[in-house]
Order: sequence, then C-alpha cells, then structure tokens
Amino acid sequence: MQHQAQPMPSTDSADDVAVDVDRISKIFQGEDEVRALDDVSVAIRRNEFFTLLGPSGCGKTTLLRVIAGFEPPTMGALRLGGRDISRLPPNKRPINTVFQNYALFPHMSVANNIAFGLEMLGKPKGEIQTIVYDMLKLVQMEHLKARRTSEISGGQQQRVALARALAPKPEVLLLDEPLSALDLKLRKEMQIELKRLQHETGITFIFVTHDQEEALTMSDRIAVMNAGKILQVGSPRDIYERPAERFVANFIGESNFLDATLNGHTVTLKAGGRFQASPPAGVADGAVSVLVRPEHGQVRMGEAAEGELAATIDTVVYSGEATTVHLRLTTGELFKAKMPNTPSEDGRSIEQGAAAALSIAPGAVTVLKD
Amino acid sequence: MPETPAPASATADAPVPGGLIRGELERELEQTDNRTRWLLSLPAILIILFFAAAPLLVMVVYSFLTPGDYGNVKWIFSTEGWVNVILQRDIFDDTLIWADAHLSIFWRSVKLSIVTTLLTLIFGVPTAWFVATRPKGKREFWLFLVTVPFWTNLLVRTIAIQELIRAEGVINNLLMALHIVDQPIQMMFTDFAIGFGMTYVYLPLMVLPVYAAVDKLDFRLVEAAHDLYAGRWTAFRRVILPMIKPGIIAGSILVFIPCLGAYVTPRVLGGGKNLMFGNLIELQFGAGRNWPLGAALSFTLMAIVMVALIYYVRLTSREEKTDV
Ligand SMILES: Nc1ncnc2c1ncn2[C@@H]1O[C@H](COP(=O)(O)OP(=O)(O)OP(=O)(O)O)[C@@H](O)[C@H]1O
Ligand SMILES: [Mg+2]
Repeated sequence: MQHQAQPMPSTDSADDVAVDVDRISKIFQGEDEVRALDDVSVAIRRNEFFTLLGPSGCGKTTLLRVIAGFEPPTMGALRLGGRDISRLPPNKRPINTVFQNYALFPHMSVANNIAFGLEMLGKPKGEIQTIVYDMLKLVQMEHLKARRTSEISGGQQQRVALARALAPKPEVLLLDEPLSALDLKLRKEMQIELKRLQHETGITFIFVTHDQEEALTMSDRIAVMNAGKILQVGSPRDIYERPAERFVANFIGESNFLDATLNGHTVTLKAGGRFQASPPAGVADGAVSVLVRPEHGQVRMGEAAEGELAATIDTVVYSGEATTVHLRLTTGELFKAKMPNTPSEDGRSIEQGAAAALSIAPGAVTVLKD
Repeated sequence: MPETPAPASATADAPVPGGLIRGELERELEQTDNRTRWLLSLPAILIILFFAAAPLLVMVVYSFLTPGDYGNVKWIFSTEGWVNVILQRDIFDDTLIWADAHLSIFWRSVKLSIVTTLLTLIFGVPTAWFVATRPKGKREFWLFLVTVPFWTNLLVRTIAIQELIRAEGVINNLLMALHIVDQPIQMMFTDFAIGFGMTYVYLPLMVLPVYAAVDKLDFRLVEAAHDLYAGRWTAFRRVILPMIKPGIIAGSILVFIPCLGAYVTPRVLGGGKNLMFGNLIELQFGAGRNWPLGAALSFTLMAIVMVALIYYVRLTSREEKTDV
C-alpha cells in the first residue's frame, strides 16, 4: 500500500481521469474574506465512487458547486475528461447533482421531475418515456409516478432526486450529503442501493458526507478535507490504516496518540516497546507522535512480560459486540483498547484499578507527520 | 378519577381511563374557540354589512326606479335603467337600438385595462425580480422607491404625466430640441395617454405582490433547473414562472380591477372624448341625471370584473399535466 503523504498529485494517466481539479481556490468576498477552497488539487478517476469527507464548513459543498458550475473558481482550472470546462455554464456540463435538500420541483409530478433533464436535452418523447419508466423502476417508485413531489416522504424524495439526476446519464454525478436527512435504517438501505446504482450505471460518483462510517463503507477512494484543503486522498484502507496526519486519524475511527522516538524505521514508545514502522516522507528522526487503533491493542490481567506495556485499568466499557478498556500507561498517557467479546471472554474479568499488560500488534504503529 | 359524576347527557359515552368522556374535551375547547372567534370578528362583520352591503342594496333598489328631474329618483318601478346599459331608445319612434357610445366605452375600458395589466407585467416582473435579488439590506431602499408614488395624491401624479406628454410638455420639447420631430406629437387625449398614465399609476400594485413571490422563491430550484440542462429562458418558463405565479395573479387582479373602474386618470389624460367606465357612471350621477342608469352601469362593471376574474383564475390555475 503506497503511502500518501501529500494530496494526490494528478499523476493518473489522462484518460483515466474523469474530473481533474487543478489547484483550485475559492475565496468568498464578504465582510471578511472566506477561503472556502485553498489550492485544492485532486484527480477523480472514471467510474469511481469518490467521497469528500470532512467536518462542517470545510468546503465540501463549495467544491461540488465549483465542479457543477454554480460557483466560478477564484483561481485554478477544472477539466472534465481532459477538456477545460471552467468557463462552461452548469447547463452545458454533462454533470448532474443530487442536492442536499433534493430541490425537487414542487409543481411537477414525480415522473415530470425525472423527465425534466431529458426534455431539456431535446430527447424524443418515446425515448423520454422509456428512460423515465426505467428510472422509476430502478428507484422503486413506479407506484408514485403521478404524485406531486411535495406529497411524498423524505426517503422517496431522495430516490426521486437520484432518479432525476441519473436519467440524463451524466458523465459525473455529484451527491451532496444525500442521505443526511434519512433515519438510520433507510440510510443503510440507501447506502447499499447507491453503491449498486453506481456499479450498474458506471457513472463517476462524487459523494459528500461528514459521516466517516458511510465514507469507509461506500467509497473506492476518500478525500479528507479540512479548512478548505484536501489533507489526504486514498482508499478507505489507506485512510484508516495509514492516516498521514493527526487530523485525519482523529476524524476517521478512534485513535490512541502516543509519544515516541523515531530512528530510521524503528519506533520506540515512551511508554515502552519497540516497533517497526515506515514513516511518511518528511518526518525526521527524533521525537514523533504515533497512532495505534484501539482494536490493535490486547489487554491481559497481570504483570507485563517482555514486549508488553505495563498499565493500570482505568475504566471498562461494554458495548455489545466489544469491550473497550481504558488504560493508564506508565507515562500517564491514556490508551483505549477495544477487544471483541466472545462467549468465554466478555470483559467481566477485567477489574478496575488492577494492573494489566497491554500488547500492541506488530505493524499497528503508524508514524504521523505532526 | 374525578369525584363528580359524569353529566347526565354524556351517560351514553362510557368513561374511559383518565376520566375523560370520549370527545368531550375536544368539543369543549372547540366551542370556546368558536365563541372567541365570533366576538373578535364581530366589528369587522358589522362594518362590512353597513358600509359595503348596505350601499349595494340601495344601488340595486335605485337601478329599478325612474330618474328624477333634477337627479335623485322617483319611486316608480322601471327597468329602463337596465335596458339603457346597452340599448337606447330612438328619440323619434321609441324603437330600441344598440347604444354604440356605451358599447365603445365598455370596449375601451376592457381593452385599456388588459393592455395596462400586460404593460405592468412586462415592466413590473423584471423590476420585482431586480429588487428581490438585491442583497438583504438594500432591498428596503428599492422598495421605498417603488412605493414613493403612492405617497402622492393620484391627481397630482396624473397631472405630472400630463406635463410630460402634452404638446408643450417635456417629451415633445425634448424631441423637438433634438430635431427628431418638427411638430409636437399629439399624445394627450388619446387611448395611449390613458394607458400610459394607468401603467404608471398602477405599476407598484404589480411590483409588490410579484416581489413577495420572488422573495419566497427557492433559488436552489433554479440551480436544479440549470443543472438539468435548462437555459435561462427555459428555467424561467418551466420553473420560476410557475413558482411566482400566485404573485403574478395577485398583481394582475390588483391592477386590472381598479383600471376597469378608473376615473381620475382617463378624465385628465383622456379629456372629454375618451371616456372609460368610471367616467360614464359618474356622468349619470352628475350631468346625466340618470341615477338608475348609473346604478345599473355600476353593477354591469361588477359583473364584468367577476367574469374576468373567474376566467383569469381558471386560465392560470391549470396544472402542469402529467404526460409521462
Ligand atoms: N456564498 C458564500 N458566501 C460566503 N461564504 C460562504 C459561501 N458559501 C460558503 N461559504 C463559506 O465557505 C466555507 C465552506 O462552506 P461549505 O458550504 O463548502 O462547507 P461544507 O463542507 O459543505 O459544510 P457542511 O458539511 O456544513 O455542509 C464555510 O466557512 C462557509 O461559511
Ligand atoms: Mg455542505
């Protein structure tokens, strides 16, 4: 697995790339200047399920709006399949959007909403009817095709919005937190449905979410954003297992950050123990901060043996399928270890305040840039 | 459980746990609510009865009486007032012929009102759009400008128009100074003058409701239309127009009705020749000394307004049909 130290440089071969965001900045002039996008570069590949993940206000929607053509970038260039589209208005771009609030036309029926884009493209009536019918079937909305969009539920609206955006067969589909308004169960169903749709249609999806689990389960690749910048681009595994920065590690999954010293490829934890790791480029030998995921720590009651870290049990949290043990290491650092529950071991034997031994799986130590 | 027994009238309803008899509380609250509502609206109802319905009643009665010699009415039943709305008696042999003068006034009123409504639409919708799309803090200023004419007396405004378009007025002087024309254009006392004046006078009545509609418009829908390959014009026609239609309908009604009955503007700008409905009615109660005819004409005007309204609302409330 290749480590991504820098935001992905656009090294993919040109015909692999669907959307090429080339050093785009967006500055909103107001009472005070807002740098919503700060020198963002990313190459999104064809037929890819690409996710923009980041906290609220980090610029996800702004990036989508720049790609869709609603906001002109302040600097930089935008290419679609190698062609510069920075100057094309939204209606000339073969890109469709599923809006965060759906933005369905309230004065039209479900079917007319789906047909709208096709009509605008001047498709013949017969073809429009066939496609609309296919789309209705795809999102399982045939029975409601004559309803007004103001008279259907949130989940149904979401599916209509999806069908409306898919019907003209765009090259790229932009989805701005399309699932955020749905309840958990429907949300899980729609996640699977979206993934299936992306597979079946072969359209490039650019998906926005601030739900890390959603991003991990659905994406081919994820870009983690913060404060208008892309911090890291990579596969879900890359991002989860090899986060480049503390922010990325913290934002995705649960993390333990420990002080350590780096010497070549060897990491020595302050709390004891020596590990092999491949540090990201630009990290010098000396004091570093490392990441260990909770599920990579194993806790045993008793005194620490060779290769284990001595600790005392702080608290024990039972959560159904796993038990999370909060440990205090000899350095005073806190460590969360998450262990799956089994019929024989469900965390009952772990006593608060007792001495324990922590073992960290080999290869579980990741050196962070900062 | 309450100590007091349930009222006798409610014994049929079995008390349910919690001590409430089925529907009792709902009924009780609804009754108090209704009573309050009646009390609050009583003054308004009385005002409507006395100041709107009562005069109308008087007018109905008058329209079936005989004109008095010096105005007023004689209490002798007659349908002559109604007959005279569209017909007139030949002076010599009493045969009925079409009242051409009246018919041409009706036609001019309807025509000029429609034209004025269309003109206020053409000028008013872009104006409203412009104002509603200004940044939040700046709209008040533009709205203020739109409503300024309302603060001035109608007669004053109409005379201002007269100053603009009369033979020695601003426009003609300017055209002559620029040698575009060498004789003043006759604009006063024409239908053009009336239409121009009414458009100016009633424009705010179109701008305000359309502004309110555009202000409520969800611009994300417009973006969605552009996203789905609609150009500016199509997005306007297919998405914006249907959304602001209520405002346009309200504006059209607000302009059309006062136009039909307009009195001051046609009087000043149309001179004595180009009468409109309002002037004709006024004439009957003044120099014409034919109050029954005036009353009948008033009801004819109301009827025309009603028919036009019903037709217009029908026309514009047609739904976009589902054809896919
Ligand atoms: N039209 C605008 N004018 C001024 N500032 C704006 C505008 N649109 C967005 N911003 C600012 O740009 C930044 C990025 O906004 P954006 O909507 O892209 O965030 P986001 O990542 O989509 O957040 P969320 O997850 O809450 O939707 C924010 O600080 C926001 O306040
Ligand atoms: Mg957003």
